[in-house]
Amino acid sequence: MKARNFRYVRPASLQEAYRMLAEAGGEAVPIAGGQSLLAGLNMRLSSPKVLVDIGNLAELTGQSYADGMVRLGALTRHRDLLSSAIVRAHLPLLAEAAPHIGHIAIRNRGTIGGSLAYADPAAELPACAVALGATLVLGSAKGERQVKAEDFFKGLFETDLRAGELIVEVKFPEVPTGTSTGFAELSRRHGDFALVGVAALAILRAGDIESARIVYFGCVDRARVAVSVSAALSGVAVPLEDASPYAAAIRNDVKPDDTPGLRADTKLHMATVLTRRVLNSMVE
Amino acid sequence: MASPAASTTGIGARIPRRELKRLLAGHGRYIDDIRLSRMLHAYFVRSPHPHAKLVSIDVQRASRAPGVAGVLTAVEINPRCEPFVGVALHRAGHRSAPQRLFAAERAVWQGQPAAIVLADSRAEAEDAAELVEIEWQPLPVVADQFQAIAPGAPVIHHGMPDNLAFDFTLEQGEPAKAFAEADVVIEEELRFERQMAMTLEPRGLIADFNPSDGSLTVIHAHQSPFQMQEIFANYLGIPEHKVRVVAPDIGGGFGLKLNVHCDEIATVVASVIFGRPVKFCVDRLESFVSDAQARDHRIKCRIGCKRTGEITAMEIDDIGAVGAYGMPMRFNVAEGMMAVVMTGAPYLFNSYKARTRSVYVNKNLIGMYRGVGMPLACIVGELLTDLAAHELGIDTVEFKRRNYRPKSTLPCVTPGGQRLETVSFHECLERLVGLMDYDKLRREQRELRERGIHRGIGIGTFCEQTAYGPPYYGPSGAAISTQDGCTLRLEPSGSVRCLTSLTDQGQGTLTAVAQIVAETLGIPVDDVSVAGNDSAISTYGGGAWASRGTAVGGEAALRASTILKENILSLASAITQTPADELSLANGQVINSKTGLSVISLAEVGRIGYFRQDTLPKDFDVQLSVNASFVANDKPYYMANGVQASYVEVDTDTGFIRLLGQWAVDDCGRVVNPLLVDEQVRGGTVQGIGAVLFEECIYSEDANLLNGTMADYLVPMAYEMPDIVVSHVETPETSTRLGAKGIGEAGLIGAMGAVWVAVNDALRPLGARITHQPFTPERVLDALARAKLR
Amino acid sequence: MGDVELIGDEEVEVVATLNGKPLKRRAKARQHLADFLRQELELTGTHLGCEHGICGACTVLIDGRTARGCLTLTAQISGKSVETIEGLSDNGRLAELQQEFIARNAAQCGFCSSGMLLTAYELVQGGEKLSRSEIREHISGNMCRCTGYHAIVDAIEAVLAKGLR
Repeated sequence: MKARNFRYVRPASLQEAYRMLAEAGGEAVPIAGGQSLLAGLNMRLSSPKVLVDIGNLAELTGQSYADGMVRLGALTRHRDLLSSAIVRAHLPLLAEAAPHIGHIAIRNRGTIGGSLAYADPAAELPACAVALGATLVLGSAKGERQVKAEDFFKGLFETDLRAGELIVEVKFPEVPTGTSTGFAELSRRHGDFALVGVAALAILRAGDIESARIVYFGCVDRARVAVSVSAALSGVAVPLEDASPYAAAIRNDVKPDDTPGLRADTKLHMATVLTRRVLNSMVE
Repeated sequence: MASPAASTTGIGARIPRRELKRLLAGHGRYIDDIRLSRMLHAYFVRSPHPHAKLVSIDVQRASRAPGVAGVLTAVEINPRCEPFVGVALHRAGHRSAPQRLFAAERAVWQGQPAAIVLADSRAEAEDAAELVEIEWQPLPVVADQFQAIAPGAPVIHHGMPDNLAFDFTLEQGEPAKAFAEADVVIEEELRFERQMAMTLEPRGLIADFNPSDGSLTVIHAHQSPFQMQEIFANYLGIPEHKVRVVAPDIGGGFGLKLNVHCDEIATVVASVIFGRPVKFCVDRLESFVSDAQARDHRIKCRIGCKRTGEITAMEIDDIGAVGAYGMPMRFNVAEGMMAVVMTGAPYLFNSYKARTRSVYVNKNLIGMYRGVGMPLACIVGELLTDLAAHELGIDTVEFKRRNYRPKSTLPCVTPGGQRLETVSFHECLERLVGLMDYDKLRREQRELRERGIHRGIGIGTFCEQTAYGPPYYGPSGAAISTQDGCTLRLEPSGSVRCLTSLTDQGQGTLTAVAQIVAETLGIPVDDVSVAGNDSAISTYGGGAWASRGTAVGGEAALRASTILKENILSLASAITQTPADELSLANGQVINSKTGLSVISLAEVGRIGYFRQDTLPKDFDVQLSVNASFVANDKPYYMANGVQASYVEVDTDTGFIRLLGQWAVDDCGRVVNPLLVDEQVRGGTVQGIGAVLFEECIYSEDANLLNGTMADYLVPMAYEMPDIVVSHVETPETSTRLGAKGIGEAGLIGAMGAVWVAVNDALRPLGARITHQPFTPERVLDALARAKLR
Repeated sequence: MGDVELIGDEEVEVVATLNGKPLKRRAKARQHLADFLRQELELTGTHLGCEHGICGACTVLIDGRTARGCLTLTAQISGKSVETIEGLSDNGRLAELQQEFIARNAAQCGFCSSGMLLTAYELVQGGEKLSRSEIREHISGNMCRCTGYHAIVDAIEAVLAKGLR
């Protein structure tokens, strides 16, 4: 199908973008890479009246590392996560997750800001942002504010973004020495959205998990820390033979729904299997 | 004798498909690439409900939308086309309600058209379609085959006693006695979900009715222009000689583009009404709710064997949900019929009992799709024999060696009524076993099982009915021609033009025809041009479907080129005063057969034949344009055969299945171009793997499609697919000079059987069995969970 | 800005480079790049198989990298360089790919081929030695319904091997 009509505007600066978004009063949507937005427009699932193209705003680009903090501009593309030395050195979790995001042509266009703002619960980056304890810098005509990733995702495709607001950059605290990261997902075909995925941070001492921070995706309604699982894993010896003792905790955190072709109980089973696999992969 | 030039490009040569250079340069001309002046774009408003009363429809606002030329509903469209009654006359008891193009009072499937919007652009047509106001009142739904035949089920079509479309039974030998006498009986229930052909290019056509002379030209992405010419003429009441159907480059067919879709006919009707060209190109979202679908079968089956390994009997009871109507011309009972008549065909046994029922449900029509029922037959036969062999403690390959029909028993008729003449089961199997190193894989499998790695080996043996003949389609009453024709013309320059009734959706049929002509006439293939895809210009014929193009159209080309060769030699004889029987053709020359020396060039023959007839003897009859049609009058099909093997690994924690290896050996008779055949087999194989592992139209319990996008309907992509080793055994068809049988569906049929068996082989030590296609991770996990409970 | 109707066509100015030549056009705001190429410029070598970003038939290059034509607004190419099959055909590494695809019958209906070739082109430009599995991964966003992918992988492997010599 073809998209419904809309107006396209191309601000020359971030301030102009803010102004355009404010003027449209909730009827405008920013477009960066457009890899999720355009699919929805082409299916006539949404019909914004104005698209504000922020895809060329220099203020939203760039990546840096200083004082234990990695800052990624909202327009950082998925492919940049694969090629960036900063990401590789300080955020290996993102480098590990990036190859799973769609296919090469999608990674060439899609942006981190776009992915977080779209808040697809099956997407990799929202889960990674929460796991890594990222902070999102949000901007609008009224100024900037900062929101922690774990507070940003409010529900299925719902975020804390207010009308007229944009993601400007994402700040990731460097993963401290001694903290391991792990990532795994089950998708039917390479590049598909995950049925079930896990992004994990853990401090391992002498074969035990001292503390863990687990985030599921694919089987949840939004990216958030799996509090019960993370707590239950504290003090547990790895490698795990079997994660089923934690199934109740996983169920408590994940609360999956049936979706076409995949029941909630299957998702729970898969989440349990992946939890074990991710933790064990971190031992190596 | 083949000339050196011909032997490198003629029959058997691995030459590239001739259209590829153009297509790979982006210079293809597919249906949506074509635009005609004054052309309108069509978009359909469809029923969102599987079954609903159409209470009211208001097109006023839509008609006034920007760019809109008009909006038509059942009131305008339906009276212009005779209703379709998609029943095969020779299938006793087969019945269908008459199908009108648009829903008038009721819609009986989700996606059934109710209005067509015609606008200057597709986007404007879609805009206006949102303004068509329809009030629907949902009605009780018949969602699957068991609901359809349950007592008290709602009857979809008024005037029919129930939802049964067709009920066929078959009994050979003494099945009851044979099962009673069997030492081992294995019984299974299999389930095949609905799937789609999913050509990358969706369906499409441009209808161009010219009101001044009453002629209709349809540029149609269709596999059989002649079939559609007949339909447009007879159902719309246009004299047949004024109807021309031309197929452009087509982005894949696989049977989908052989069906008769009501939205395509309605597009033609709209062109007649407006007197303007109308383009309708289905987009992907529409394809999910409008393309004819495939499969949707539930099968109970069993096999009986003696301790000694001999098969005593087989039985199959199939019930297929064929959608809301019978498919016009192509008959959706075919899937069930093929499943029951082909089951067990490769094996020696005498007692057989079979039943197939087709029932109507509130879903889109089932139509033709690659394999039509034959994969189901392959799966039933291969799964049952593999399970039986294991139960008997006989290796599955050894079981096949003992039970395949040997050459010495040919020709024979199977209990399902299939005539086998030139099949080669044992040769194919031995080739396969060698290629895959079967014994080594079995050893590896055993070793890995001890380490908790679950791999499986599966073998899929199949027969394939290819190249249907008049005994098959004729009695059905459908105007489907199973002949093909070829017209050849020697050009004055000595090159050759060929017009064939065939079409080509990528198989390379036109290249194969060129090779056959080139070889016969002793010219390089580059000196032959081939045109097809056009109902107005060539000899009447079928087209490319049901694995028939090269087998039938190639034979017509062989016969036409033999006639042209004789005519050329006769003319050369008259010119050179050499007896014709001393002449032959090679390298673009007429040569003396004894000396091998050129007597006269083809170009010189052409020059004299066309421009200097005055130098020839009085009354010498120059015929440098010739024509031949071919059909084997008495043959319902050419039976091809083959065998495939799959090597898979099942992750028993997640239910994911990985293909590690795939081998395909087929016997399609004489192979005209192995380069084209090899990748066509691989393509079919990948579609077969896709069917078993991925592809499924997921419906809710009330028949709403839940996965109508390509993000949700999964087709096989490159990463998950294995490398595929292909090999051929060549046992020529005896009723033709060419000796080719079909190959188009072989890859899919054998692959489906092989993957089914391989996955079940992997699960065997765990006591689990999976019989519900596709084998999703959830279904694998469920099978494992059921086994644990036992 | 709230005066936009959902029916009708807003327009936008596009200034870009297309197949090496300057492009300056008014375009419909809602028209995606693949439709713009096909309908406005009659560059019909870019195909549409799904229009929701899954099949890869509409793949083009934007600033040298593959992009989905259906997931790119025409207006978004402003200031960028776009290349299509028509622009790249018969030259350099794309010509090598075309030759190998033809020689190995790595296409049948040809509908996926433009997208498949451009995706492969991006890969071979990298010049790395890759396994068959890595090649398969790179083209895993391009659906081919006719071939078994095997010949496509063969063809790309052959071009990569040439590049390494």
